[in-house]
Amino acid sequence: MLSIKNLHARVEDKDILRGINLEVKAGEVHAIMGPNGSGKSTLSSVIAGNENYEVTEGNIYLEGEDISEFAPEERAHKGVFLSFQYPVEIPGVSVTNFMKTAINESRKANGLEEMPANEMLKMIREKSELLEIDRKFLSRSLNEGFSGGEKKRNEIFQMAMLEPKLAILDETDSGLDIDALRIVANGVNKLRSEDNAVIVITHYQRLLDYIVPDFVHVLYNGKIVKSGGKELAYELEEKGYDWIKSEN
Amino acid sequence: MDLKEKLLSSFMAFEERIDVNTDLHNVRTEALKNFENKGFPTKKDEAWKYTSLNAVLKNDFSVFPKQDNAINYPDVKKFFLHQIDTYKLVFIDGIFSSFLSSTTHDGIDVCLMSSALTKPKYKEIIDTYFNKITNLDDSLTSLNTAFANEGAFINIPKGKVADKPIEIMYLSTGNEAALMVQPRNLIIVGENAQVQIIERHQSLNSNPVLTNSVTEIFAQERSITDYYKIQNDVQTANLVDNTYIAQKGHSNASVHTFSFGGNITRNNLNFYHQGERIDSTLKGITIIGDKQHVDHYTLVRHATPNCESHQNYKSIFDGSSTGVFNGKIYVEKEAQKTDAFQQNNNILISEKATINAKPQLEIFADDVKCSHGCTVGQLDESAMFYMQSRGIPKKEAKALLMYAFSNEVIESIRIPELKDRITKLIASKLGVNIGFDL
Repeated sequence: MLSIKNLHARVEDKDILRGINLEVKAGEVHAIMGPNGSGKSTLSSVIAGNENYEVTEGNIYLEGEDISEFAPEERAHKGVFLSFQYPVEIPGVSVTNFMKTAINESRKANGLEEMPANEMLKMIREKSELLEIDRKFLSRSLNEGFSGGEKKRNEIFQMAMLEPKLAILDETDSGLDIDALRIVANGVNKLRSEDNAVIVITHYQRLLDYIVPDFVHVLYNGKIVKSGGKELAYELEEKGYDWIKSEN
Repeated sequence: MDLKEKLLSSFMAFEERIDVNTDLHNVRTEALKNFENKGFPTKKDEAWKYTSLNAVLKNDFSVFPKQDNAINYPDVKKFFLHQIDTYKLVFIDGIFSSFLSSTTHDGIDVCLMSSALTKPKYKEIIDTYFNKITNLDDSLTSLNTAFANEGAFINIPKGKVADKPIEIMYLSTGNEAALMVQPRNLIIVGENAQVQIIERHQSLNSNPVLTNSVTEIFAQERSITDYYKIQNDVQTANLVDNTYIAQKGHSNASVHTFSFGGNITRNNLNFYHQGERIDSTLKGITIIGDKQHVDHYTLVRHATPNCESHQNYKSIFDGSSTGVFNGKIYVEKEAQKTDAFQQNNNILISEKATINAKPQLEIFADDVKCSHGCTVGQLDESAMFYMQSRGIPKKEAKALLMYAFSNEVIESIRIPELKDRITKLIASKLGVNIGFDL
């Protein structure tokens, strides 16, 4: 599904990613953990195509296609989805209209007709129920005045609507109380299938109790310094990141 | 002969067509004298520091258009709010078109300035209101007053509510090589009366036009007046709009100005308070590009206690366009408990675009709430990335952001069909067709 080879990236003059290698197969869940400043959010931004970061070396392949030079929207059309740590407020554009636009732009790019209105409504109803989202919420301006939990739930709702092949959840657990965390994780789990993959970026092990990863990677100083199964997350929780820092 | 001389000498020709033995004529000649003394404003005038009419004034404008210009409604339908029924006052090259208009005297007067100025039954109203709140020092207003003859006359008597919006449309055919028009509107909204008015100036081809328009609005006690100005003219059209509003106690008046086109557009918008518990709203959206220029010059004069004013101007500049926002709030000593708010947000999309923003607060009362905020920025890159990452292409994402930016102003349009029209105009201005009606 996703194959990252020797990825180096910088922002302004600062090197942040220093040779990332990562293989994610369809059906898998990978967790990327690491201390603050290790490059976790940069990695997710670079995969999604944020032009503020300059890729200086290496490539990103999605289903065998090199997407390193693609614009963010082109990556989205190919099935990449990034759940933002800090979703942006867009006043005047309702959640529903934003989703209609996003879905139809993707369909257009993939040579499909616009989704019929009744089909769209049905999908919105189903997916909002999955995330336990009130219908009234959908006519509100996107993220405007949303609580932290509402914003994250709305991110996963968008993920459910867009049905990506590769979903990257960047610190989706931050700012969530335990109920919201359960709803969000439940949503993600229901969307998992043999055909898609999820990368969970998190600072804490807590989310991984709900979204159980197949693999855990530790990012430090722009490199993946340790990989393992889900037990690695518990080890990190117990020993703290100083353990990794001292080894590197 | 330059335009000033031409105007001064054509005044005699104008006098031959009107009744000169009236008080009104004294007003006209006084005004002409002021224009003669002051001439057209130049960049040396503080109020015109950033807007120059020099290049425009070099055109050889006709000041008296031909009488026989006709237009077929289907050709101009798109400029009207045709989805709903409206009263219409339509002027072609400055001359009233009864064929395109829909006037009334049934309970309210929606008719012509020329008849109000000449018919005995309106004499009292004209004597009471005509040229009573304009700035007598202002040379362009004086010039308009000197030649004031045609325009909209709207009188909503006490307690009446205009049953449908009124559209005032000034069309220019371009049959003259270059045309100067000077519409004069007088609007009286009586006690407890209500009205919604839409004003538009539209050229039908690319021959230069200079419009020097003056509108006086008298909003009496507890009246509600909503005034919308649509400025989406062609690249060779120039507009100086001088609007004066006098508000009595408990009245509510709003002016929304949508500036999407034209060469030079100057909006002089003046609110004067003459009673307590007045509410004034001044809002605008400006979206321009190329070498277009839009100048908003606003004044709210708080002269009485317990009144509010709300100003919110959003502007987006592309290409080599230039903008000016000069917003003055004047709070007199007597105007205690004034609540005055002013906001001006600007986005520069191109490196060649410029905005000169100058908020001015002059406060002489000691118990007031006045705030102003002015920002100049670029489009939020993180918001762009957010939308693109959801599959929305850059151009559409940009348009959505600009729409979101101007949304606060769009939201307060109180005619739904107009709101729809303005959002569509914005979408077409931004060159997008996104999945839902902007």
